[in-house]
Amino acid sequence: MHYLANPARFQRIMTAIRPWAGGIALVCLIAGFGWGLLFSPPDYQQSETVRIMYLHVPSAWMGMFIYAGMAVASAVALIWRHPVAELAAKASAPAGAAFTLVCLITGALWGQPMWGTWWVWDARLTSMLILFFIYLGYMALWEAFDDPSRAGRAAAILALVGAVNLPIIKFSVDWWNTLHQPASVLTMEGPKIHPDILWPLLLVAVGFKAYYIWLLALRVRAEILERQARMLRFAAASDGQPG
Amino acid sequence: MTRKRRRLYAVLALVAGVGVAAALVLTAFSDNLVFFHSPTDVVQKHLPAGKRFRIGGLVEEGSLKRDGLNAEFVVTDLTERVTIRYTGMLPDLFRENQGIVADGRLNEQRQFIASEVLAKHDENYMPPEVAEALKKSGQWSDKPGQHAEKYGNAGNTTGKGKTQ
Repeated sequence: MHYLANPARFQRIMTAIRPWAGGIALVCLIAGFGWGLLFSPPDYQQSETVRIMYLHVPSAWMGMFIYAGMAVASAVALIWRHPVAELAAKASAPAGAAFTLVCLITGALWGQPMWGTWWVWDARLTSMLILFFIYLGYMALWEAFDDPSRAGRAAAILALVGAVNLPIIKFSVDWWNTLHQPASVLTMEGPKIHPDILWPLLLVAVGFKAYYIWLLALRVRAEILERQARMLRFAAASDGQPG
Repeated sequence: MTRKRRRLYAVLALVAGVGVAAALVLTAFSDNLVFFHSPTDVVQKHLPAGKRFRIGGLVEEGSLKRDGLNAEFVVTDLTERVTIRYTGMLPDLFRENQGIVADGRLNEQRQFIASEVLAKHDENYMPPEVAEALKKSGQWSDKPGQHAEKYGNAGNTTGKGKTQ
């Protein structure tokens, strides 16, 4: 971890990883969606509608996975003051928010034909909506301060506090009665999805993860360059002043 | 080193504090966080007639009576039974032995007059052929008993629902 704290070294590693991540993402997403949407079997009770799952479930996982990463990076940034950790968390937030929004929208589109409603205020759906709002709040907090170091600290604390929502999302379907069904993949008894449906789902999930790594490499690089440009501007401004 | 250590403890204390606070709040509001009540809740807690709430359970086999848009059926958690009456379109997944959630009120005869009926589906996904094969070989897990445990103990925070 301390090895990665050096921005130049971090950038070198990310630049080396980026084309691989992009390639894996492309292959997995084409294979996963192609298999899932065209060749995988329909479900015994939901028939063709089940195919929304290939977008809905990996998006939900990404929304939570990216948030977990942001919370860890924020803790590292708060404790060890590693600037790269802070920038990685900041660069992750829009991607996490987008995946969470995709999850909410596809969930509504799936709920209408299967459950008979677009939306209900059950514990799973509500906690996922709260995750989306936490992402928005995190991004807004970064913009609310002029001084990036103060903004970073406030946002990191928000990210840590919001992490309490992750176990609530995961276990909401076990702790309370919900309209949403219990977990299908990450359960104590193992997956409850037939392999013909599970494999394309996992392919899309791997593809999304690789896409996120590709995007993170790009966005962290942009953040580092922006911060360097800001420092150069400051230096130029103070040099230009007389006296 | 000591400053880092101090910040580490501060972060750990923050996370632990927020976690405990959330756990206390969620436990305190547990009754309000459940999306529906089970037939056992409705019968044993004597929920008053006229109060709006949701009830969830399995549609009992052989209980569905349809007359145009009027439907009458029984939901059960295999412990207690409640009769539901509903006028309107039932969702596609609605059928006997299927989990449903209905929104409405009890009338004076302790029948539940629903204004909305939602279908609940389980967490199993498989191709139709596999489902057929499982039914033929007798390994089908869709027996009502296995599903009813999800509807039993509804809103009961001390029951097995927590320890599962």
